[in-house]
Amino acid sequence: MAVPASMPSPLLTIEHLSMRFGGLIAVNDLSFTAHRGQITALIGPNGAGKTTVFNCITGFYKPTAGRILLTHGSPPPADSLRALMGTGRREIRYTGGSAYLLERMPDHDITARARVARTFQNIRLFAGMTVLENLLVAQHNTLMRASGFSIRGLLGTAGYRAAETRAVDKARGWLERIGLIDRADDPAGDLPYGDQRRLEIARAMCTNPVLLCLDEPAAGLNPRESAELGTLLRSIRTEDETSILLIEHDMSVVMEISDHVIVLEYGVGIADGTPEEIRNDPKVIAAYLGVEDDEVAEAEAEAGL
Amino acid sequence: MPDAPQTPPPPGLERSPAGRALKDAALAALLTFGLSIPIIALRTDQDFNNQLILTTRWDLVAVLCAVVFVLRLAWGLIPAGTGAATARSARLLPRFNDRQVEVLKWAGLALLVAYPLLALALTGRSGSIKWIDNFGIQILIYVMLAWGLNIVVGLAGLLDLGYVAFYAVGAYSTALLAKTFGLSFWICLPLAGIMAAFWGILLGFPVLRLRGDYLAIVTLAFGEIIRLVLINWVDFTGGYAGISGIPRPTFFGIPFNASPNGFAAVFGLEFTPIYRTIFLFYVILALALLTNWATIRLRRLPLGRAWEALREDEIACRSLGIDTVKTKLAAFSIGAMFGGFAGAFFATRQGFISPESFIFMESAIILSIVVLGGMGSQVGVAIAAVAMIGGTELLRELAWLKQVFGNEFDPAQYRMLVFGLAMVVIMIWRPRGLIATRAPSIYLKERKAISSDLVKEGAG
Repeated sequence: MAVPASMPSPLLTIEHLSMRFGGLIAVNDLSFTAHRGQITALIGPNGAGKTTVFNCITGFYKPTAGRILLTHGSPPPADSLRALMGTGRREIRYTGGSAYLLERMPDHDITARARVARTFQNIRLFAGMTVLENLLVAQHNTLMRASGFSIRGLLGTAGYRAAETRAVDKARGWLERIGLIDRADDPAGDLPYGDQRRLEIARAMCTNPVLLCLDEPAAGLNPRESAELGTLLRSIRTEDETSILLIEHDMSVVMEISDHVIVLEYGVGIADGTPEEIRNDPKVIAAYLGVEDDEVAEAEAEAGL
Repeated sequence: MPDAPQTPPPPGLERSPAGRALKDAALAALLTFGLSIPIIALRTDQDFNNQLILTTRWDLVAVLCAVVFVLRLAWGLIPAGTGAATARSARLLPRFNDRQVEVLKWAGLALLVAYPLLALALTGRSGSIKWIDNFGIQILIYVMLAWGLNIVVGLAGLLDLGYVAFYAVGAYSTALLAKTFGLSFWICLPLAGIMAAFWGILLGFPVLRLRGDYLAIVTLAFGEIIRLVLINWVDFTGGYAGISGIPRPTFFGIPFNASPNGFAAVFGLEFTPIYRTIFLFYVILALALLTNWATIRLRRLPLGRAWEALREDEIACRSLGIDTVKTKLAAFSIGAMFGGFAGAFFATRQGFISPESFIFMESAIILSIVVLGGMGSQVGVAIAAVAMIGGTELLRELAWLKQVFGNEFDPAQYRMLVFGLAMVVIMIWRPRGLIATRAPSIYLKERKAISSDLVKEGAG
């Protein structure tokens, strides 16, 4: 099934996603699609439920309701999708690709099998391990297979040594890309904040993801570092063919690099479109800036509420 | 409180370091006084009529308070910032380059291999048994156990208070297999390791979702359950009576006895029991070195790196596709397996085992060796084992102290006091253990030691 270049194929399809914590509805019936080869931004005021959506996608939360479908390759034919939904299976292969139901998978399988990687709002590097070790831990599953679940590794076979060399080369490549090659042997906890952010992105990329989820990657960065981050993310999209889903508050970053923006307020999706459309959407403006008391009715009418 | 100044210090003294030290010392002495009333000052004894009588020992309390006051005062008067800070940053070992480390390693190994022969040459046949058995073998058993536990606690950051259970499983597996099926030690050894690893997995499945203190308590309970089963399942384990007559190891089929087919006769030597002891020394040395080799190798493999990553941040591990349950189970079972090997060796060395050998105190000693040595450091753990176990054995050698303190004085009884003091001193002086820095498992250009400030201890 050929997809025209102008029509990007869906990578991640979220349908009717809801997440309740007791009486609190953090995400309420949210649906959106992230397309292959695009940078999709998820924005919204504080407490809108953005990180909850992330945690549902990456398996850290089990959503109360809804479907999170991720596809590799071409979209699943209707009968395959029905077969997947009708049974308790987590994934299905079909000619031209495979499909994964992320809400059914444990968190580590989402990274290992469905190939979705993530970073965290508060950086979670392995502070006591070196920069290089951080990038090697990210290649755990590849290396674990190469080491024959440690048996071939203990014996030090040539096959494992070759795999380790490849893993180090890959890490070296990423360190050169993010400009940290000279600090490869320093503990990750010693790096300045901006470098830690970039290292966390590189570490996530070392898991070979098709979708990279970034939770506020520009938080705490100065304008120059933010611009560098934008360049890095664009290169990830084009060179590594990894699509990106990001949460971000820095509107200059969002508007500059995103292909597609989704706006969340109180757990509800209120807008979905290109950065240009979002910038001019009255609902978004009202959600972000608020409106004067006497303009509420007018704004609501305009917003169609 | 005779030692504490009753009047408040003059206002000028209040802020000076000396004044503060004096105040601190007085408070510490007061605290000692309060604590010692129930446990030292009042002592109950039975008289000839089996009646309880109360004796008081105020003189002892006064001495104790005075000692605490003086020590605390001395501690307070050491200028802050010079004493504590430099001591903490001071390196325990001088910095060696890679070649020197290599030379030291082989020299140490050669010394270990030559040790029983040296002991034999220096102290003669009857004198050397003590040095080879009590010091050599005993210390090496604990080195091996501590290295095994180091995988679980030091690398994976899982606090295990019931490690002795796996030691017990290994020992009882060997004893029962050897007695029931007549299997030789060399067949029992791997089976004991497999059994212990199996029990490690069995324990791991339900408890590894727990973290930190909760995990520690459940592992503690597991250790007690194993011990209680050993005591109460009399038909199977012999209960308190234990199992005796466990076959001793043979030299590849040649027994160590005085018979014509024995080791001494076959090799044309005069019979003496020392050959078996020397052989046992080499067996436990080989087992301990195997543990060390496996740990060092595993640290450089993806599994070992995943353990350390798990200790650093479990959530980040999950986000990188690492199956944390399997990784923890691997740590638990591999650690348990080495405990099982050590148990198998213990059974065959003693020839007799009973639940008495597998009490919680053993777990606590092994864990304190790991903590004192520096969690995750192989060398530090080995040094701590030598100091703790060798030190305990040395206390037995201090019989001359009886001439000073009278005939009732038994230095070996002060073992726990010395343990406790060593623990307190180490925790003040080097809170992260003797060797606190972490060596990276791989490097591009230069191997730099990582300061313990950055390395986490794990939360379970």
